[in-house]
Order: sequence, then structure tokens, then C-alpha cells
Amino acid sequence: MLTSILLFLPILGGLLLLLAKGSQAKWISFALSLVCGGISIAMCAGFDPQLGMQFVAELPWLPNLGISYHVGVDGISLVLVLLTNLLCPVIFWSTFKQNPEHPGLHYGMLLIMQGAMTGVFVSLDIFLYYIFWELALIPAYFLVLLYGAFERNRIAMKFFLYTLVGSLLMLVAIIYLSQQNSPASFDIYDIYGVRLTPNAQLLVLLAFMSAYAIKIPIFPFHTWQPDTYTSASSGTTMMLSGIMLKMGLYSIIRWVLPIVPGAVAANQNWMIWIIVIGVAYASLIAVQQKDLKRLFAYASIAHVGLIAAGILTMTESGLQGSLLQMLSHGINAVGLFYVCAILSDRKGTNDIAALGGIRRLAPWFATAYFVVLLGTVALPLTNGFVGEFLLLSALFQKSWVWSLVAGSGVILGAVYMLKSYQGVMLGKENNGTFADLDNQEKGVFLPIVIAIVVFGLLPSLITHLSGPAIEQLLQQINQAIQAN
Amino acid sequence: MENLIWLIPVLPLVGFLVLGLGARTLPKSIASVLGCTTIFTGFILTLLLGSGVMSHGSVEQSIGTWVATASWSVNFGFLVDPLSWMMMLVITGVGALIHVYSAGYMHDDERHNYFFAYLNLFVFFMLLLVMGNNYLLLFSGWEGVGLCSYLLIGFWFNVDEYNEAAKKAFVMNRIGDLGFLLGLFLLLNTFGALDYKGIFGGDLLSHAPQGVITAITLLFIVGAAGKSAQIPLYTWLPDAMAGPTPVSALIHAATMVTAGIYLVLRSIHLFELAPFSLEVLTYLGLATSIFAATIGLKQNDIKKVLAYSTVSQLGLMFFALGLGAYTAAFFHLVTHAFFKALLFLSAGSVIHGLGGEQDIRKMGNLRKVLPVTFIVFAIGTLAIAGIPPFSGFFSKDQILLAAYGHSPLLFALGLFASLLTVYYMFRMFFLVFYGNSRTDHHTLDHAHESPLSMTAPLGILAALSLGGGLLNVPAIFGGGDWLQHFLEPVIGKVEEAHISASMEWTLMAIVVGLVLVVIFWAYRNYAVQKQVPGAEADEVGMGRILNHKYYVDEIYTAVFVKPAQQLSEFVGDVLDADFLDGLVNGVGRFTTGVGKVIRKIQEGTVGFYLFIFAFGILLLLVLELFF
Repeated sequence: MLTSILLFLPILGGLLLLLAKGSQAKWISFALSLVCGGISIAMCAGFDPQLGMQFVAELPWLPNLGISYHVGVDGISLVLVLLTNLLCPVIFWSTFKQNPEHPGLHYGMLLIMQGAMTGVFVSLDIFLYYIFWELALIPAYFLVLLYGAFERNRIAMKFFLYTLVGSLLMLVAIIYLSQQNSPASFDIYDIYGVRLTPNAQLLVLLAFMSAYAIKIPIFPFHTWQPDTYTSASSGTTMMLSGIMLKMGLYSIIRWVLPIVPGAVAANQNWMIWIIVIGVAYASLIAVQQKDLKRLFAYASIAHVGLIAAGILTMTESGLQGSLLQMLSHGINAVGLFYVCAILSDRKGTNDIAALGGIRRLAPWFATAYFVVLLGTVALPLTNGFVGEFLLLSALFQKSWVWSLVAGSGVILGAVYMLKSYQGVMLGKENNGTFADLDNQEKGVFLPIVIAIVVFGLLPSLITHLSGPAIEQLLQQINQAIQAN
Repeated sequence: MENLIWLIPVLPLVGFLVLGLGARTLPKSIASVLGCTTIFTGFILTLLLGSGVMSHGSVEQSIGTWVATASWSVNFGFLVDPLSWMMMLVITGVGALIHVYSAGYMHDDERHNYFFAYLNLFVFFMLLLVMGNNYLLLFSGWEGVGLCSYLLIGFWFNVDEYNEAAKKAFVMNRIGDLGFLLGLFLLLNTFGALDYKGIFGGDLLSHAPQGVITAITLLFIVGAAGKSAQIPLYTWLPDAMAGPTPVSALIHAATMVTAGIYLVLRSIHLFELAPFSLEVLTYLGLATSIFAATIGLKQNDIKKVLAYSTVSQLGLMFFALGLGAYTAAFFHLVTHAFFKALLFLSAGSVIHGLGGEQDIRKMGNLRKVLPVTFIVFAIGTLAIAGIPPFSGFFSKDQILLAAYGHSPLLFALGLFASLLTVYYMFRMFFLVFYGNSRTDHHTLDHAHESPLSMTAPLGILAALSLGGGLLNVPAIFGGGDWLQHFLEPVIGKVEEAHISASMEWTLMAIVVGLVLVVIFWAYRNYAVQKQVPGAEADEVGMGRILNHKYYVDEIYTAVFVKPAQQLSEFVGDVLDADFLDGLVNGVGRFTTGVGKVIRKIQEGTVGFYLFIFAFGILLLLVLELFF
């Protein structure tokens, strides 16, 4: 029941807001997202990590096609549900100052996106999953198109088409999988039961991964991302980087590893190689970016690449680290893009060279930015550290070269984050004034800063939720590989 | 008392939070008192732990789980054994003195309160580093002190040069840290644990393959070389002198930079199984020691001289570790903390007195103007030179003795490094306090001795620099090697090279004799003949090379930094923007193009449809008829 409320409250609310006019939209959306945040916390409180799938709802939908409404959460999806529903209020709140045109449209889209993304994380029917997957794309497309800063037609179209192409390949694989049961079934447990030949496994793997590699994005399928993140409004970028890309990462855990474990095991070598090279590649590019938002966009490619690589190792620390890092990356991405939003709000630019000397003028802002920076460079005792440590150590278990190549991101991460901080915040002031954070802005940074510290000190808040589910998943994977 | 161990690191953390959040509201006086109190209380608590450490060997406390996975876990657990206890005493003791000193030194700085906040944060991380009962906490402290070092080097952040120095320090440390991190992964893979008990407690060590142990220890050395400024990662430390002088004393001399030595000592059971790594330590330390000392000969910035001397002394400690003289290395760490903190702070007193001047060529004959500073500076210089009975004499003597036990050649090279140190230290000393006054009148008129809050810590540190040798007086002087016995539970009993008492006396006489000769030589040059180093541009030959620090920074820029920038630009502009994105856009355009052609089929042109329709029927007919 709670799961369904979490799904339909924002989607229905969002649809109504689309029709509504007036300035109350932002408050309504914020209130609804807060309610969802509360529900997700209640779910955590009522969740027993040992009991597997919980808060399940199952209703027949299109029975003759084998499609049903089947949702629920386990320790893995719960983390993502929590991420989505706790970040959304912060993201919505952060956009209040910008007073976007057509607030009903803007906040309605955001709400629909929130519900659709939650749907991706809780769907236990792969057809339902696919619907939510595409549903999330539609508001994202319109948000990029309508509220982007530059070249928005071209950028929105590229973003839409590129991700759609990947998704269609996935759809083919989904239909193929469902037909392996007789009668056909899209239910997760039936899909998990499908036994495929190695060749079929490989094709399914490639079809799924093409959708996910584009969505996340993983090098070399990332070229839509920097433009999109840079052009889109800060709220949209936060939704995309903070939450939406986790759909891809989560889906690898939920749909790829259990369905085609043999193919992953057989192909993980080259896949991880490409990804870790991509981590170094994106970090290297980030170093020379002149626009702060674009720099963070490339940094994001590096960070999520590491998560993807960790997942593909199919090890306990890789999966555990990936969940921690998905959460941390979401929190930190919202913080970083909020920094960009404040800079463009005050100075009208994110050009690093045009900024400088702000730290002295705005100490609270400087502190908040710096704490987010520390989380991003994975300083121990901040949220970024334990996840990154587990991910790199998972890579190390398989090959020390991987952790060395990906670890170069550790060094380059310090370089580009400190270099940009220095350019924006330190040194001589570049003309004029800079108002420090007001209360509304502090209200955005405060939960982020708290989360950075809390999850840095107590990663067990997350790992105790996800631990048993991960163990079970690994067992399932190992059995499947041995059965082959 | 054992239940309060956690307070020792947490107090400065609380201090940081209160000072940081209240920086703009707290009066300076309250802020500095608070900042000093947290550290001093930690010092008292550490002292109180002493009886427990001495009677039980170690005391422990865990305040909860930090990371737990299915296969391993680590706690927020603190281990106070003789090694960490001594480190804690140095950190909180010297730390408290430097805090007090800072109250005077930073009094007029508008960001005084932030300074104390950062210093407290630093002490927190440094304590975490030495008190953690596992490698993950050690690493956390390790990274945390790096962060504080960054914040404090760039404390005056409106100067771009300082910001560059701060960034350089952080990034070079991160290079070392990656090595350390890989070492930790290998450790974790090999032993399935990261806590000291799990690794060293059982007999896991004896089963581990030696190659792996060697790899782990070598990776640790990479980390240590970054943090403790050894070749090839030392170049950040001289630049780090951009920070306020108390920072140089606390972080870049007495505590943080010794973390590498602590890491080796903490992992000594691993190193003992890896003779190759020990050998690497020996030669790396020796090379760094000599290399940095030669650079020190030609530096004219009072803090730069001290910085190179620190690099050189740290090298000496690694040298000792490699030789197996663990106690001597640690002993030197402690005495060095005393006299180098003293030297930095008295240099700060000179700088403070002269309104910010750091160039020793613009000083001279200051002993009348700054009498207290003169005396304590002299004590520090004598201590680092190794004149008996100053503390440096004892610790350095034990290192050189251990070197002699290995080979006379190593002894000679170690002695050479020491003599270089003696020369440039006394060169600086005489240039500052003797000779002709080269300070301009305006500065000299305003020159003043420092306030009591600064001179009192100087006095205490001077006493420690004088008497610190008592910690480990060797048998030959009728002492009991206290430190050695105290550390035995951690580092074990070490086989000592057997050197006869007469030989020991002879070596000591040689060393002290040569040191005196070198001091006299420096005296003749700079106090009697009153030589003054010329302008940098006038240097020729070797002097020029040394003055430019062997051009290492320039070489690094040319070999690493510039190519990396070019690679970054190539990857970003050509590979990513032109090639990859071009490819994607190309596919898009191709699809659009094909679409334009295919669209003709369904444009609704009836004539075209009819044409196709007729053509199709014709085709079918033809096929039907002829095949």
C-alpha cells in the first residue's frame, strides 16, 4: 500500500498540477514531495532487512499478456527509494527562488518524474518497469526543452533520441525474455527463472547495457550528458544527475546481474576495462573545463563510472559500495549543482575565470561548497569515502590495474575540485559584491551537509538495510553461474 | 580513565565546531582560550592514561562500528599503546604550546578564530591517525591532516601563490595516498582485515607470501613518501611554508610530516618480513637527507631553510628505520618535534619582530634586539646540530651508531648529511643574529621582542630541546635506554649491532669534533668575515643549481604537469568533442538524411503511389511470365 501511494501520489498530483495555473504549484509540489519523503522514511522504519521483498502489492493488469501490477521493495531498492524521495523535496525547494515560468508545468513535470523514478525502483514486473522507465524520460525531455539555458532544442532532442534508442533495444530484450515462459510472463520471478543459452545471454546483456550505458552515462556513450547538464536548469540537472542516472545503475543490479550472470561473468573483463578507462578519461577532461557546471558534469561521469564498474565485479564490496556511492553521489550532485545555481543567480555566470574571491564575501556559502567538495573527493568521514573505498577495493580484488586506473580519478578529482574551488572562491575578488546565503538557501544546504557527515560516520545505516539483499543476490548469481 | 579515551580526539573536534560556527561572533580572547583548552585538556588526559599504558601495555576503547561488510569490519576504536601514547603526548603537548604561541602570533589577524578552528581540527585528525586501532582510521586521520594542511597553507587565501602551494601539497599527498590506498587493498585481500589485532594478533603474518608483504610495504612507502616529504614527493613541503609560521611548526615539522614514520612503525611487523622494503627505506631516506641538505645550503628564506632541514631530518629517520634502528628513529622523531618546533616558532618570533621579513640577507645582528629569541634559537640550533648534551645529540648519535653497525660507508654518508645540516643551520643562525645589521631603519625602529604568550612556549620548547635526550640515555652514559624498553611491546626486541664501548666513544668523538669544526667554519664565514649571500642572479655553477633546488620543480612541470595538461586538452577537445560526439552527431545526421529519402515513400503523393503500384504489378507480371 505504502509503495503504491509513493508511486501514484506524485504522478497524479503532477498531472493535476500540469492543468493548474498559479503560483501555488511550487508549494503543492513541495508538500507532496515531503509527504513522499515521510513515507519513504516510514518504510525504512518498518522494513526488516532479513525478510526480502516487502511492502508488496500485486494486481492482475493484462493477464493474457502476462503483465501485472507488481511492486515492492527489498533492501536494494529501498535505498534508491529513499534517495529519490528524500532528495526531491530538497531539489524542489532549491528551485523556489528561480521562479520558473509556468510553475504548474514545471513542478508538475518534476512530480511526475519523481513518481516515475520511484516506479522504476519498485517495479517487480518488467513491463511495468519499462513503462516507468520511459515515463520518467518524458518530463525530463520537456524540462530540458522548456527550461534549458542554451541550444535547448538541439540538446533536448539529442538527449531524448539517444536515450530512447538505448531503451528500445532494451524493450526488445524484455519482450524476448517474457516469451521464454509459457504462458508469457513479465513477472520478475518468472523472468529470473528463464534459462538462456550463452549466445542469447550475450545478446540480452548487450541490449540491456546499451540502455543503461547511455542513461548512466558510461564512456563512450556519454556525449549527450555534458551539454544536457550544462544547459538544463539547475533543478532539472539535479534530477537527472542526482536520481535519474541511478535508474541505470540500479537496473544493472536488478535486471542484468540476476538474468544474465553468465554473460556478465564472461564479459566483465572488457566492460570494466572500458569503464575504468572512462573514469580516468572523464576526470582528465574535467581538469581543463572552464565552466563550473560542465566540470561537475564530467566529474559525474567519472564518479558514476566507478559505481558501474564496481557493480560489474559482482562482489559483495562492489555492490555494497555501489549502493553507498549512489546515495552519496546523489546528495553531492545536488549540492554541487546548487552551488552552480547560486553562482549564476548572483553573478549570472558559471565561468570559473570570471569568478573569484567569493570566500571572503560569503563565508557560509564557502563552507557549504567546501563540505560538498570534501564529500565529492571522498575525504574519510564524509559520505563519499566508504563507498569509494569499497568500490576500489572490489576492483582491486579482480585486478590491481583496474583500481590503479580508476584510482587516478582520486588524484585528478582532487586536482579539478580544488582548482575550480580556488578559481571560484579564492584569490582576488572579481568585481563587486556577493551576498552570503539567505535562510532559504541555507535550508537547501543544511540537509545536504548533514547527510554528508551522517552517512560518512554511519554508513551502516545503509549497509544494514542492503546487506542481506546483496548477499541473497550474490547467492542467486553464483548458483545460476554454476548451473550453466 | 579508560572510558574517557574517546574524549581526547573528540575535544578538539568539538573545539573546531564551536570555533568554526562561532567564528564571527566569538571574541578573539575567548576563541584562543577555548582553542588552547581543548588541546591542553587532551594533554592532561593523555598523561593520566600513562599509568594504564605502563601497567597493561596498552588500553583500548571502542565507541561503535564504522564499516561492516560481510567479510570484514572496523570500529571507531582507539588503541593507546606505548607508540601511540608517545605520539599523543607530542601532538597534544607540542600542539598546546603552539596554540598558545598562536594566540600571540595571530592576534592581529582578522581571521584569528578560523585559524584556531583549523588548528583544532588538525589536532583531531592527527590524534585519529595515531589512536585508531585499524588502518582505515589511520587513513582517515592521514587524509584529514592533509585537508587541514591544505586549509592552513592557504590560510591567507587572497594570495594566489599561497593557494597554489596549498593545492600542490594536497595533490602531491594524494599521489602518495593512492599508493597507500592500494597497499590497504592488498592488505585487506591478503589478511581479510584492516584492524591491527586482526592482522598482527594471530599468526596470519607467518603464512603470507613474502612477495605480497613486500608489495604492501612498498606501497606504504609511497604513501609515507608523500606525507613525510621524501624523494620524489617532497617538493610540496618547502612551498608549504606559505602558511602562517605556527602551522609550519606544528604540521610541517613536529607532527603531520612524521606520520610516515608512524605508519612504518605501526606496520613494523610487516616491514620486518620485507628486507627489500627496509633497504628501500634506508637508501631513500639517506638520499633525501643528503639531497635536501645540499639545497638548504643555498636558501635565503628563513623558513625555507628550516623546511629543507625538515625534509633532511625526516630522511634521517627513514634511514634509521631501514637500518632497523626503530627506537632511534622514533627517538629522533620526538626530539626533532621539540627542536624543530622551537626553531620554527623562534623564526616566527623573528619574522613577527621584523614585521614580516623572511629574508636572512636582510637581517643580521639581531641578538640585541630580540634577546629571548636569540637564546632559544641558539638552543634549537645546537640541538639540531647534535652538540651534547642537547637532545639532538642523543638521537642523532644513535642513528649514526646504527649506521656504523651496518657499514662504515653508511655511517660516513649519514654523518655527511648531518654536517651539511650543521653548516646551513649555523649559516642561518649567524646571518640572523651576528654580522652587520642589514635591516632597514624603519623596520628596525619597530622591531620588538615577542609578547609573553609567544616567548613562554619558546622557553618550554627550549627546555625540552635541551633535556629531551633524557628519554633514551644510552648505557654508555649510565642511562637505561628508557624509550627503547618502553617501546618494546610494540616494536619488539631489536638485535643491536655490537659495537664496543671504546668504538662508541671514538665515533662520538669524531662526530662531535667534526660538528665543532663545521660550526667554527660557519662562524668564521658569517660572524667574523661577515659574508652575506649575494643576489640569486649572481649565483653561478653549483651554487645556482642549489639555489634553484636542482630545478626539480621545473623538471616536474615539464615532465608531468605540462604533458598532463596537454593530454587533458587533447582528450577533451579532440577525442571527446570532435571524435566521439562527432560520431554520435554523424549517426544522427545520417539517420535524418536517410529519413528524408525514405520519407518520399509516405509523403502522400498519389502519383508516386500509383507509379509504384503500377510498377509493382508490371514487375510481378514480368516475373510470372518469364520464370
